[in-house]
Amino acid sequence: MTTDALPLDDLVACPQCDTLHRASALPDNARAHCQQCGIVLMTSQPAAMARILSLALTAFIMMIAAVSFPFLTLDAGGLHNATSVIDAVLAFNDGYAFPLAVAVAFFIVVIPLMRLSALIYALGPLVREKKPRQGARKAFALAERLRPWSMAEIFIVGVTVALIKVAGLAAVTIGPAFWAFAGVVVITVLKDQLICRYSIWEALDKATA
Amino acid sequence: MGSAGQSHGLITARDAGLVACQQCGQVHPLHARICKRCEGRLRSRDEESLQKVWAWLIAGMIAYIPANVYPMLLTSTLVERSESTIIGGVVELVEYGSWGIAAIVFIASVMIPVGKFIAIVYLALSVQRRSIANQHERHKAYEVVEFIGRWSMIDVFVVAILSALVQLDTIATINPGIAALSFALSVIFTMLAAQAFDARLIWDANRTRQ
Repeated sequence: MTTDALPLDDLVACPQCDTLHRASALPDNARAHCQQCGIVLMTSQPAAMARILSLALTAFIMMIAAVSFPFLTLDAGGLHNATSVIDAVLAFNDGYAFPLAVAVAFFIVVIPLMRLSALIYALGPLVREKKPRQGARKAFALAERLRPWSMAEIFIVGVTVALIKVAGLAAVTIGPAFWAFAGVVVITVLKDQLICRYSIWEALDKATA
Repeated sequence: MGSAGQSHGLITARDAGLVACQQCGQVHPLHARICKRCEGRLRSRDEESLQKVWAWLIAGMIAYIPANVYPMLLTSTLVERSESTIIGGVVELVEYGSWGIAAIVFIASVMIPVGKFIAIVYLALSVQRRSIANQHERHKAYEVVEFIGRWSMIDVFVVAILSALVQLDTIATINPGIAALSFALSVIFTMLAAQAFDARLIWDANRTRQ
Protein backbone atom coordinates (compact mmCIF):
# COMPACT_ATOMS: atom_id res chain seq x y z
CA MET A 1 0.00 0.00 0.00
CA THR A 2 1.38 3.39 -0.93
CA THR A 3 0.71 6.52 1.03
CA ASP A 4 -1.60 8.02 -1.54
CA ALA A 5 -2.49 10.85 0.77
CA LEU A 6 -4.82 12.89 -1.37
CA PRO A 7 -8.12 10.99 -1.33
CA LEU A 8 -7.64 10.12 2.34
CA ASP A 9 -7.82 13.80 3.24
CA ASP A 10 -11.45 13.87 2.14
CA LEU A 11 -12.44 11.15 4.59
CA VAL A 12 -13.42 11.51 8.22
CA ALA A 13 -13.67 8.59 10.59
CA CYS A 14 -15.78 8.94 13.72
CA PRO A 15 -13.38 8.98 16.68
CA GLN A 16 -15.83 7.03 18.82
CA CYS A 17 -17.12 4.28 16.52
CA ASP A 18 -14.71 4.32 13.56
CA THR A 19 -17.46 4.77 10.96
CA LEU A 20 -16.07 6.29 7.79
CA HIS A 21 -17.64 9.40 6.27
CA ARG A 22 -16.86 11.57 3.32
CA ALA A 23 -16.19 15.16 4.42
CA SER A 24 -17.87 17.98 2.59
CA ALA A 25 -18.15 21.71 3.15
CA LEU A 26 -20.81 22.58 5.71
CA PRO A 27 -23.16 25.54 5.43
CA ASP A 28 -22.72 28.13 8.20
CA ASN A 29 -23.96 27.18 11.67
CA ALA A 30 -24.48 23.57 10.67
CA ARG A 31 -23.38 20.42 12.48
CA ALA A 32 -22.42 17.10 11.00
CA HIS A 33 -23.24 14.02 13.07
CA CYS A 34 -21.87 10.52 12.85
CA GLN A 35 -24.45 8.36 11.08
CA GLN A 36 -23.75 5.37 13.29
CA CYS A 37 -23.39 6.69 16.85
CA GLY A 38 -24.62 10.24 16.47
CA ILE A 39 -21.77 12.26 17.99
CA VAL A 40 -20.98 15.65 16.45
CA LEU A 41 -18.18 15.24 13.92
CA MET A 42 -17.81 18.84 12.85
CA THR A 43 -19.48 22.19 13.18
CA SER A 44 -19.22 25.24 11.07
CA GLN A 45 -19.44 28.67 12.64
CA PRO A 46 -18.45 31.81 10.80
CA ALA A 47 -15.36 33.51 12.25
CA ALA A 48 -15.08 30.85 14.96
CA MET A 49 -11.30 31.13 15.00
CA ALA A 50 -11.28 34.86 15.78
CA ARG A 51 -13.97 34.40 18.43
CA ILE A 52 -12.11 31.53 20.08
CA LEU A 53 -8.93 33.59 20.18
CA SER A 54 -10.57 36.67 21.65
CA LEU A 55 -12.42 34.63 24.27
CA ALA A 56 -9.19 32.80 25.18
CA LEU A 57 -7.36 36.11 25.61
CA THR A 58 -10.16 37.50 27.78
CA ALA A 59 -10.23 34.38 29.93
CA PHE A 60 -6.46 34.47 30.32
CA ILE A 61 -6.47 38.07 31.60
CA MET A 62 -9.38 37.39 33.94
CA MET A 63 -7.60 34.32 35.29
CA ILE A 64 -4.61 36.49 36.22
CA ALA A 65 -7.01 38.80 38.06
CA ALA A 66 -8.67 35.81 39.71
CA VAL A 67 -5.44 34.59 41.26
CA SER A 68 -4.14 38.02 42.29
CA PHE A 69 -7.08 39.61 44.09
CA PRO A 70 -8.71 38.50 47.34
CA PHE A 71 -11.19 35.74 46.70
CA LEU A 72 -13.19 35.54 49.91
CA THR A 73 -12.90 37.16 53.32
CA LEU A 74 -14.23 35.80 56.56
CA ASP A 75 -15.10 37.77 59.70
CA ALA A 76 -16.09 36.26 62.99
CA GLY A 77 -15.74 37.47 66.55
CA GLY A 78 -13.34 40.28 65.61
CA LEU A 79 -11.06 37.95 63.67
CA HIS A 80 -10.51 38.40 59.99
CA ASN A 81 -9.17 36.05 57.32
CA ALA A 82 -8.76 36.92 53.66
CA THR A 83 -8.28 34.08 51.21
CA SER A 84 -7.02 34.11 47.66
CA VAL A 85 -7.27 31.24 45.21
CA ILE A 86 -3.64 30.47 45.99
CA ASP A 87 -4.50 30.07 49.69
CA ALA A 88 -7.18 27.58 48.78
CA VAL A 89 -4.52 25.54 47.06
CA LEU A 90 -2.11 25.86 49.97
CA ALA A 91 -4.76 24.58 52.38
CA PHE A 92 -3.45 21.10 51.64
CA ASN A 93 0.20 21.95 52.01
CA ASP A 94 0.90 20.19 55.27
CA GLY A 95 2.24 16.67 55.29
CA TYR A 96 0.30 13.87 53.66
CA ALA A 97 -2.01 16.18 51.75
CA PHE A 98 0.78 17.86 49.81
CA PRO A 99 0.17 15.88 46.59
CA LEU A 100 -3.42 17.04 46.80
CA ALA A 101 -2.26 20.68 46.93
CA VAL A 102 -0.33 20.13 43.74
CA ALA A 103 -3.29 18.42 42.08
CA VAL A 104 -5.74 21.15 43.10
CA ALA A 105 -3.32 23.84 41.87
CA PHE A 106 -3.15 22.08 38.51
CA PHE A 107 -6.90 21.50 38.21
CA ILE A 108 -8.03 25.04 38.95
CA VAL A 109 -5.17 27.33 37.86
CA VAL A 110 -2.25 25.71 36.03
CA ILE A 111 -4.15 23.53 33.55
CA PRO A 112 -6.73 26.19 32.63
CA LEU A 113 -3.86 28.65 32.03
CA MET A 114 -1.91 26.05 30.02
CA ARG A 115 -4.94 25.36 27.83
CA LEU A 116 -5.54 29.06 27.23
CA SER A 117 -1.91 29.84 26.39
CA ALA A 118 -1.66 26.81 24.08
CA LEU A 119 -4.78 27.92 22.21
CA ILE A 120 -3.58 31.51 21.92
CA TYR A 121 -0.19 30.28 20.70
CA ALA A 122 -1.67 27.89 18.13
CA LEU A 123 -4.52 30.02 16.80
CA GLY A 124 -3.02 33.52 17.00
CA PRO A 125 -1.18 33.42 13.65
CA LEU A 126 -4.12 31.68 11.94
CA VAL A 127 -6.45 34.55 12.74
CA ARG A 128 -3.97 37.00 11.22
CA GLU A 129 -3.69 34.64 8.24
CA LYS A 130 -0.02 33.92 8.83
CA LYS A 131 1.84 30.62 8.93
CA PRO A 132 1.34 28.71 12.18
CA ARG A 133 4.10 28.98 14.76
CA GLN A 134 6.44 26.10 15.32
CA GLY A 135 4.78 23.55 17.56
CA ALA A 136 1.31 24.98 16.95
CA ARG A 137 -0.01 21.46 16.30
CA LYS A 138 1.49 20.11 19.52
CA ALA A 139 0.03 23.05 21.40
CA PHE A 140 -3.48 22.54 20.03
CA ALA A 141 -3.33 18.78 20.65
CA LEU A 142 -2.26 19.49 24.23
CA ALA A 143 -5.07 22.00 24.78
CA GLU A 144 -7.61 19.39 23.68
CA ARG A 145 -6.06 16.56 25.66
CA LEU A 146 -6.12 18.63 28.85
CA ARG A 147 -9.78 19.55 28.48
CA PRO A 148 -11.22 17.04 30.98
CA TRP A 149 -8.59 17.99 33.57
CA SER A 150 -9.40 21.68 33.60
CA MET A 151 -11.84 22.00 36.49
CA ALA A 152 -12.41 25.71 37.04
CA GLU A 153 -16.17 25.34 36.66
CA ILE A 154 -16.28 22.56 39.24
CA PHE A 155 -14.24 24.67 41.64
CA ILE A 156 -16.74 27.53 41.44
CA VAL A 157 -19.60 25.15 42.34
CA GLY A 158 -17.45 23.84 45.21
CA VAL A 159 -16.94 27.40 46.44
CA THR A 160 -20.68 27.99 46.42
CA VAL A 161 -21.25 24.89 48.52
CA ALA A 162 -18.50 25.98 50.92
CA LEU A 163 -20.05 29.47 51.24
CA ILE A 164 -23.35 28.00 52.34
CA LYS A 165 -21.63 25.72 54.84
CA VAL A 166 -19.79 28.67 56.43
CA ALA A 167 -22.68 31.12 56.25
CA GLY A 168 -24.02 30.06 59.64
CA LEU A 169 -20.59 30.28 61.28
CA ALA A 170 -19.32 33.66 60.17
CA ALA A 171 -19.80 36.61 57.82
CA VAL A 172 -18.31 35.98 54.41
CA THR A 173 -17.53 38.74 51.92
CA ILE A 174 -17.07 37.91 48.26
CA GLY A 175 -14.01 39.57 46.73
CA PRO A 176 -13.31 40.73 43.16
CA ALA A 177 -11.39 37.55 42.37
CA PHE A 178 -14.55 35.51 42.87
CA TRP A 179 -16.32 37.40 40.08
CA ALA A 180 -13.23 37.25 37.88
CA PHE A 181 -13.10 33.49 38.37
CA ALA A 182 -16.80 33.13 37.60
CA GLY A 183 -16.13 35.15 34.43
CA VAL A 184 -13.33 32.78 33.43
CA VAL A 185 -15.73 29.85 33.82
CA VAL A 186 -18.47 31.38 31.65
CA ILE A 187 -16.03 32.49 28.95
CA THR A 188 -14.30 29.11 28.88
CA VAL A 189 -17.62 27.33 28.35
CA LEU A 190 -18.49 29.69 25.47
CA LYS A 191 -15.04 29.22 23.96
CA ASP A 192 -15.07 25.42 24.20
CA GLN A 193 -18.44 25.28 22.47
CA LEU A 194 -16.93 27.08 19.49
CA ILE A 195 -14.01 24.70 19.14
CA CYS A 196 -14.49 22.24 16.29
CA ARG A 197 -11.40 20.06 16.26
CA TYR A 198 -11.85 19.05 12.66
CA SER A 199 -12.05 22.62 11.32
CA ILE A 200 -9.07 23.78 13.38
CA TRP A 201 -6.90 20.90 12.16
CA GLU A 202 -7.99 21.67 8.61
CA ALA A 203 -7.13 25.34 9.12
CA LEU A 204 -3.71 24.42 10.55
CA ASP A 205 -3.12 22.21 7.49
CA LYS A 206 -4.19 24.89 5.08
CA ALA A 207 -2.08 27.58 6.71
CA THR A 208 1.03 25.40 6.59
CA ALA A 209 0.64 24.42 2.95
CA MET B 1 -26.29 17.26 8.36
CA GLY B 2 -23.43 18.03 6.13
CA SER B 3 -21.34 14.91 6.17
CA ALA B 4 -22.16 13.24 2.90
CA GLY B 5 -21.63 9.68 4.11
CA GLN B 6 -23.92 7.08 2.59
CA SER B 7 -26.58 6.31 5.15
CA HIS B 8 -26.81 2.59 4.44
CA GLY B 9 -23.89 0.25 4.25
CA LEU B 10 -21.81 2.25 6.68
CA ILE B 11 -18.28 0.91 6.85
CA THR B 12 -15.58 1.48 9.36
CA ALA B 13 -12.18 2.91 8.67
CA ARG B 14 -10.71 -0.46 9.66
CA ASP B 15 -12.85 -2.34 7.12
CA ALA B 16 -11.70 0.10 4.47
CA GLY B 17 -8.09 -0.70 5.33
CA LEU B 18 -7.61 2.64 7.02
CA VAL B 19 -6.86 3.95 10.47
CA ALA B 20 -8.11 7.26 11.80
CA CYS B 21 -6.26 9.50 14.23
CA GLN B 22 -8.44 9.86 17.34
CA GLN B 23 -6.91 13.20 18.11
CA CYS B 24 -7.37 15.06 14.83
CA GLY B 25 -9.50 12.78 12.65
CA GLN B 26 -6.95 12.43 9.85
CA VAL B 27 -7.35 9.12 7.99
CA HIS B 28 -4.27 7.02 7.14
CA PRO B 29 -3.52 3.65 5.56
CA LEU B 30 -3.82 0.87 8.15
CA HIS B 31 -0.08 0.34 8.55
CA ALA B 32 0.66 3.94 9.54
CA ARG B 33 1.86 4.33 13.13
CA ILE B 34 2.20 8.09 13.65
CA CYS B 35 -0.33 10.67 12.47
CA LYS B 36 1.14 12.86 9.77
CA ARG B 37 -0.98 15.80 10.85
CA CYS B 38 -0.71 15.96 14.61
CA GLU B 39 2.00 13.39 15.32
CA GLY B 40 -0.30 11.46 17.63
CA ARG B 41 -0.06 7.67 17.96
CA LEU B 42 -2.36 5.76 15.63
CA ARG B 43 -4.20 2.67 16.76
CA SER B 44 -7.08 1.15 14.87
CA ARG B 45 -8.28 -0.34 18.16
CA ASP B 46 -6.73 -0.10 21.57
CA GLU B 47 -6.11 -3.80 22.24
CA GLU B 48 -5.24 -3.24 25.88
CA SER B 49 -8.18 -0.93 26.44
CA LEU B 50 -10.14 -3.26 28.70
CA GLN B 51 -7.09 -4.23 30.73
CA LYS B 52 -6.38 -0.58 31.49
CA VAL B 53 -10.04 0.11 32.22
CA TRP B 54 -10.20 -2.69 34.81
CA ALA B 55 -6.93 -1.66 36.41
CA TRP B 56 -7.89 2.00 36.86
CA LEU B 57 -11.41 1.09 37.88
CA ILE B 58 -10.30 -1.29 40.62
CA ALA B 59 -7.81 1.31 41.87
CA GLY B 60 -10.62 3.87 41.93
CA MET B 61 -12.94 1.54 43.86
CA ILE B 62 -10.25 0.75 46.41
CA ALA B 63 -9.50 4.44 46.99
CA TYR B 64 -13.23 5.11 47.43
CA ILE B 65 -13.37 2.95 50.58
CA PRO B 66 -11.08 5.04 52.84
CA ALA B 67 -12.66 8.14 51.31
CA ASN B 68 -15.91 7.13 52.99
CA VAL B 69 -14.52 5.70 56.21
CA TYR B 70 -12.10 8.43 57.26
CA PRO B 71 -12.95 12.08 57.95
CA MET B 72 -13.05 14.60 55.14
CA LEU B 73 -13.07 17.66 57.41
CA LEU B 74 -11.59 18.28 60.86
CA THR B 75 -13.41 21.14 62.53
CA SER B 76 -12.40 22.64 65.84
CA THR B 77 -14.22 25.48 67.55
CA LEU B 78 -13.97 27.01 71.03
CA VAL B 79 -16.19 24.37 72.50
CA GLU B 80 -15.67 21.24 70.47
CA ARG B 81 -13.65 19.29 67.97
CA SER B 82 -15.44 17.32 65.33
CA GLU B 83 -14.69 15.20 62.32
CA SER B 84 -17.05 14.67 59.46
CA THR B 85 -17.06 12.09 56.71
CA ILE B 86 -18.64 12.53 53.29
CA ILE B 87 -21.99 11.19 54.47
CA GLY B 88 -21.62 13.07 57.78
CA GLY B 89 -21.23 16.31 55.82
CA VAL B 90 -24.40 15.65 53.88
CA VAL B 91 -26.31 14.87 57.08
CA GLU B 92 -25.06 18.13 58.64
CA LEU B 93 -26.27 20.11 55.65
CA VAL B 94 -29.68 18.48 55.91
CA GLU B 95 -29.79 19.41 59.60
CA TYR B 96 -29.08 23.06 58.70
CA GLY B 97 -32.00 22.79 56.32
CA SER B 98 -29.88 23.34 53.20
CA TRP B 99 -31.57 20.60 51.21
CA GLY B 100 -30.40 21.83 47.82
CA ILE B 101 -26.74 21.92 48.77
CA ALA B 102 -27.01 18.60 50.58
CA ALA B 103 -28.42 17.14 47.37
CA ILE B 104 -25.54 18.58 45.29
CA VAL B 105 -22.91 17.12 47.64
CA PHE B 106 -24.71 13.78 47.84
CA ILE B 107 -25.04 13.52 44.07
CA ALA B 108 -21.43 14.58 43.43
CA SER B 109 -19.78 12.49 46.13
CA VAL B 110 -21.95 9.38 46.34
CA MET B 111 -24.29 8.95 43.40
CA ILE B 112 -21.88 9.96 40.63
CA PRO B 113 -18.92 7.85 41.82
CA VAL B 114 -21.03 4.77 42.52
CA GLY B 115 -23.01 5.23 39.31
CA LYS B 116 -19.72 5.52 37.43
CA PHE B 117 -18.35 2.31 38.92
CA ILE B 118 -21.51 0.46 37.86
CA ALA B 119 -21.56 2.01 34.39
CA ILE B 120 -17.91 1.22 33.67
CA VAL B 121 -18.25 -2.37 34.91
CA TYR B 122 -21.30 -2.78 32.67
CA LEU B 123 -19.55 -1.26 29.65
CA ALA B 124 -16.43 -3.36 30.08
CA LEU B 125 -18.37 -6.60 30.65
CA SER B 126 -20.65 -6.05 27.67
CA VAL B 127 -17.67 -5.42 25.40
CA GLN B 128 -15.93 -8.54 26.71
CA ARG B 129 -19.03 -10.60 25.94
CA ARG B 130 -19.24 -9.01 22.47
CA SER B 131 -22.82 -8.04 23.25
CA ILE B 132 -24.75 -6.45 20.40
CA ALA B 133 -27.65 -5.26 22.54
CA ASN B 134 -28.31 -1.60 23.35
CA GLN B 135 -25.33 -0.24 21.46
CA HIS B 136 -26.79 3.26 21.27
CA GLU B 137 -27.68 3.25 24.96
CA ARG B 138 -24.23 1.98 25.92
CA HIS B 139 -22.57 4.61 23.80
CA LYS B 140 -24.74 7.24 25.51
CA ALA B 141 -23.75 5.80 28.91
CA TYR B 142 -20.09 6.09 27.93
CA GLU B 143 -20.55 9.73 26.93
CA VAL B 144 -22.35 10.53 30.18
CA VAL B 145 -19.62 8.82 32.24
CA GLU B 146 -16.90 10.77 30.40
CA PHE B 147 -18.76 14.04 30.86
CA ILE B 148 -19.95 13.75 34.43
CA GLY B 149 -17.04 12.03 36.19
CA ARG B 150 -15.05 15.19 36.78
CA TRP B 151 -17.91 16.74 38.75
CA SER B 152 -17.22 14.46 41.70
CA MET B 153 -14.29 16.75 42.48
CA ILE B 154 -16.74 19.26 44.02
CA ASP B 155 -16.28 17.88 47.51
CA VAL B 156 -12.49 18.09 47.31
CA PHE B 157 -12.73 21.74 46.33
CA VAL B 158 -15.23 22.38 49.14
CA VAL B 159 -12.70 21.00 51.60
CA ALA B 160 -9.92 23.10 50.03
CA ILE B 161 -11.79 26.37 50.23
CA LEU B 162 -13.20 25.69 53.72
CA SER B 163 -9.82 24.86 55.16
CA ALA B 164 -8.27 27.96 53.59
CA LEU B 165 -11.06 30.24 54.71
CA VAL B 166 -11.85 29.05 58.20
CA GLN B 167 -8.56 29.67 59.97
CA LEU B 168 -9.63 31.89 62.88
CA ASP B 169 -7.07 30.83 65.48
CA THR B 170 -8.94 29.79 68.57
CA ILE B 171 -12.50 30.49 67.50
CA ALA B 172 -12.76 28.08 64.63
CA THR B 173 -10.46 26.20 62.32
CA ILE B 174 -11.19 23.68 59.61
CA ASN B 175 -8.53 21.32 58.28
CA PRO B 176 -8.63 18.67 55.57
CA GLY B 177 -8.83 15.02 56.59
CA ILE B 178 -7.12 12.08 54.93
CA ALA B 179 -10.35 11.16 53.12
CA ALA B 180 -9.97 14.23 50.90
CA LEU B 181 -6.81 12.74 49.45
CA SER B 182 -8.26 9.28 48.87
CA PHE B 183 -11.44 10.72 47.41
CA ALA B 184 -9.46 12.86 44.95
CA LEU B 185 -7.43 9.79 43.96
CA SER B 186 -10.61 7.77 43.45
CA VAL B 187 -12.01 10.44 41.11
CA ILE B 188 -8.75 10.68 39.16
CA PHE B 189 -8.49 6.89 38.79
CA THR B 190 -12.06 6.52 37.54
CA MET B 191 -11.55 9.41 35.09
CA LEU B 192 -8.52 7.54 33.73
CA ALA B 193 -10.60 4.35 33.54
CA ALA B 194 -13.23 6.14 31.45
CA GLN B 195 -10.56 7.64 29.19
CA ALA B 196 -8.90 4.25 28.67
CA PHE B 197 -12.17 2.81 27.37
CA ASP B 198 -12.11 2.58 23.56
CA ALA B 199 -15.71 3.34 22.51
CA ARG B 200 -15.10 1.83 19.10
CA LEU B 201 -15.20 -1.58 20.77
CA ILE B 202 -18.92 -1.12 21.56
CA TRP B 203 -19.68 -0.93 17.86
CA ASP B 204 -17.32 -3.67 16.76
CA ALA B 205 -19.38 -6.55 18.17
CA ASN B 206 -21.73 -6.90 15.22
CA ARG B 207 -19.24 -5.89 12.59
CA THR B 208 -18.07 -8.58 10.22
CA ARG B 209 -14.36 -8.72 10.89
CA GLN B 210 -13.02 -11.14 13.49
